[in-house]
Amino acid sequence: MADEQKPGGSEAPLPAGGGAAKQPAKPSPPKPPATMAATPWESDLARELKERFGGQIGETSTYLGQNFIAAKPEAAVPILEYLKLEADFDYLVDITAVDWPKRPERFDLVYIVYSFPRNERVRIKVQIPDGYKPATAVGVHLTANWLEREVFDMFGIEFAGHPDMRRILMPEDWQGYPLRKDYSILRQDQRWVQENLGIESGQ
Amino acid sequence: MKAASDASMPDSTFLDSTELVLNMGPQHPSTHGVLRVILKLDGEKILGTDCVIGYLHRGVEKIAENRTWAQFNPYVDRMDYVASVSNGLGYCLAVEKLLNIEAPPRAQVVRVILTELNRIASHLVWLGTHALDIGAITPVFYCFREREETLNIFEKYCGARLTTHAFRIGGLQYQTYDGFEQDVKAFCDMFPPKVDEYEELLTGNRIWKGRLTNVGVLTADECKEYGVTGPMLRAAGVKWDLRKAQPYSGYEKYDFEIPTRQNGDTFDRYVVRMQEMRQAVRIIRQAVESIPEGPIMGKVPKVIKPPVGEAYVSIEAPKGELGYYVVSDGGVQPYRVRVRPPSFVNLQALDRMVRGGLVADIVAVIGTLDIVLGEVDR
Repeated sequence: MADEQKPGGSEAPLPAGGGAAKQPAKPSPPKPPATMAATPWESDLARELKERFGGQIGETSTYLGQNFIAAKPEAAVPILEYLKLEADFDYLVDITAVDWPKRPERFDLVYIVYSFPRNERVRIKVQIPDGYKPATAVGVHLTANWLEREVFDMFGIEFAGHPDMRRILMPEDWQGYPLRKDYSILRQDQRWVQENLGIESGQ
Repeated sequence: MKAASDASMPDSTFLDSTELVLNMGPQHPSTHGVLRVILKLDGEKILGTDCVIGYLHRGVEKIAENRTWAQFNPYVDRMDYVASVSNGLGYCLAVEKLLNIEAPPRAQVVRVILTELNRIASHLVWLGTHALDIGAITPVFYCFREREETLNIFEKYCGARLTTHAFRIGGLQYQTYDGFEQDVKAFCDMFPPKVDEYEELLTGNRIWKGRLTNVGVLTADECKEYGVTGPMLRAAGVKWDLRKAQPYSGYEKYDFEIPTRQNGDTFDRYVVRMQEMRQAVRIIRQAVESIPEGPIMGKVPKVIKPPVGEAYVSIEAPKGELGYYVVSDGGVQPYRVRVRPPSFVNLQALDRMVRGGLVADIVAVIGTLDIVLGEVDR
């Protein structure tokens, strides 16, 4: 899990490193670290969830008319199950992650669910530290299988209990997780490229 | 099977082996790109499959984080390259949502026309190749002939045929060219009789029906379980289309039907897509009659810097729900762009659809999935 920093093969030619936004020519005026201007989301569903899950659910908010729930990592799958069985959210649209390297809980893990009968979409967001293994959602929605494999492939987040936790888009023996912010866009697994493609460098 | 070549092996070893692992692809004409499927067979019966994908992975989501919001726009065309206009529409709508703006009415109507033309083009590629896979050689020539007409309109409009980059964040870059309406109307008059022609060739054809009926069945519950959307979901009897369920770009103004079927087999998916082409013509006709005058670009700042926040916006692409989950940290570059590709999610159901079927069916099922590997792998 922690081997994504491969000193030999990788290179970070851009001193900016970190992957955080490299500003083009004109530097923008420094801004205070703003946060999303979300407003609380009040609805029957939000109240039901809070009653059922209590402290495991944080804020229920809405931004640009889209509702989302902040939750404890271990509550994600029970919430998905509850939403599926009790509230008709029968379609898991997507699972993805966002890397915030400066935060102690480094990753946002985002589940998007939709309900056909209610015509409503909800996002469940949990924050997890690097190395934390969230439980798999395959037992609730079969579609989670490939979606979780992609999250693992791109971010190195391993899902506990997943039936087939392999890389899906990158080669199986590739080193590093491309969508982490500290993985430069020019970086590649030199050893893999040389061994498998027979060329010095893919750049 | 290794044992077969070993002369010292008694015959019975070979005869006792019932399972065969067969590799299909990545270089196989019926996989519509570079898809590798590992099949486990018992004679002609498929016991299970494993898809190997990623051959076309270009790291589109990573590229997004290293471009400005506007610079990333052309890249999305390269995912589902037979429906690039839809890809662009989804991305533009997602960024517009973050900016909390809307494209002006004229731009929205032109967007609908081009997107629906692109839906027809995408379905024509599907129909031609699907029929070709099954052994009907003729339709592919007809389909590509008509598709050419839609590509000509794109070319006249924006100079590109496939990767069009037709839309901009906030509206359109180009006005419609002189004669745009006439071209579109001429296409609408020309096209429906051609669909009749395809149906004449295929719908009642005994071989066609024999190869498709009850093949690759996916029920409505299975579709939901696997997150399968688009024509595949509608062929299983779920009347759900994002253009109706959560309208965008003014789709609520147009009068059209959502075609559905009940069995969820390959034949039903064929019928649904054929009817969708007719419905697309219906939408285009209404749209082209009602193109309002006015600006084509909304009030978008020169440098696009959406406020800190996130949004998930999805559209009904020809293949299903195409979603963009975009996160902004207030900078000029996207902090994260996640693409929810319909092809990727739908492909996951392949195993369920072919398990227990015959090996010949896999070609029909890959065809009916209507995947584009550029979008599966991104």
